[in-house]
Amino acid sequence: MADRKLRVLVGKPGLDGHDRGAKIIARAFRDAGFEVIYTGLHQTPEQIVSAAIQEDVDCIGLSILSGAHNTLLPRVSDILKEKKADDIVFFAGGVIPADDIPGLKAAGVREVFTPGTSTEDIVGWVRENVRPRA
Amino acid sequence: MSLAEKVLQGEIRAAARLMRDIDDGLKSAIAELKQLYPKTGNAFIVGITGPPGAGKSTLVDQVTAAYRSRGKRVGIVAVDPTSPFTGGAILGDRIRMNRHADDDGVFIRSLATRGHLGGISRSTGDVVNVMDAMGMDVVIIETVGVGQDEIDIVRMAHTTVVVMVPGLGDDIQAIKAGILEIGDLFVVNKADRDDADRTVRDLAIMLEMNPDKDRGWRPKVLKTEASRNRGIEELVAELEAHREYLHSSGTIARVLEEKSASLFMDVLKERLFEEVYGHIHVNGRFRAIMEEMMARRTDPYTAVEEILAERFGIGGS
Repeated sequence: MADRKLRVLVGKPGLDGHDRGAKIIARAFRDAGFEVIYTGLHQTPEQIVSAAIQEDVDCIGLSILSGAHNTLLPRVSDILKEKKADDIVFFAGGVIPADDIPGLKAAGVREVFTPGTSTEDIVGWVRENVRPRA
Repeated sequence: MSLAEKVLQGEIRAAARLMRDIDDGLKSAIAELKQLYPKTGNAFIVGITGPPGAGKSTLVDQVTAAYRSRGKRVGIVAVDPTSPFTGGAILGDRIRMNRHADDDGVFIRSLATRGHLGGISRSTGDVVNVMDAMGMDVVIIETVGVGQDEIDIVRMAHTTVVVMVPGLGDDIQAIKAGILEIGDLFVVNKADRDDADRTVRDLAIMLEMNPDKDRGWRPKVLKTEASRNRGIEELVAELEAHREYLHSSGTIARVLEEKSASLFMDVLKERLFEEVYGHIHVNGRFRAIMEEMMARRTDPYTAVEEILAERFGIGGS
């Protein structure tokens, strides 16, 4: 009875309109037994963090295929810190060049999943690295 | 400071955490709810229900905007179904409400049914109470896409709106029991469709055939095009009219009593069950009863009578 369900926010920041990847991940998370707050397209970093806080999620997974990751992802990280919500694990996926990943991790993105990563691996990573709140 | 104290000070994160604790069934949540309960009873609670695809979320988004422009703070509880196979859920109602995501005067919470039938989750009532205690003027509950008889929402809301769309089925559908009996207001959304007027007519006829459950209030059938923000002001006017009616007619007293009764009974059932089942589950008795039942050495009625007699000293032959 006191077994926490893992809650994940999945969304897409910025102008990127390709949501198939995000939808596939959302389904995979649902199939893994998580509750997925799917916020869809065209989110501002402020909207994403606000939703994450209201929904008390354990982690945030953002999909970006537009190339704007170096701007948008650190911005999400900054707002999480501002709102004292940086205990929420933040990861990303999409078309993100390997060279950019260290910078993103330094900015607070815990992991970046590039094209070709299997949904099993992503689900596995979440299970390993994200604990529902104690 | 306890979570409840933080909630009363308006702390979003504390409220969100408490809602989580409630949803996950943590014992600690009960102490918090006890502190908050005296502060509830101020919000106007609106239920929005109807079949899948009717446009409930879009309607909630527009009604929220309308209330915000009136300076009201709005809480939204949006419920989506849990997968019976995996226990997971995709909670996607927020998508239609994103423009309110960073408005301080709006708090949106998505809940999964977690196996509860009836259109909402077990935690919905308590989550609504947290929003009420936080100071929300209006709390809108959006149920899952319902069929005929998921009508828990009625016990929870002051005013229940049933949202339909044109072309969902023939006239016979309209006559069946369930959601069509519970609405205080009916909305035909996507009213730009060809058969909208027919649907309005069918609903109006069916409503006329309903025995007057409440002589003073005749549910209206409104038309909206939520995605185009049409018909929303009229809908809000009707919501306010119903709210006014509840108070001026004194019906509010019965509504509040029904809500209290329903909340009390839910808690009673849950605690009683836990008391008895928790005990026998842990000490192996439950397993033993299962074996006896499967071997037909006992039946469920006798087994339960024996447990109750032991636990409460009641019954007996």
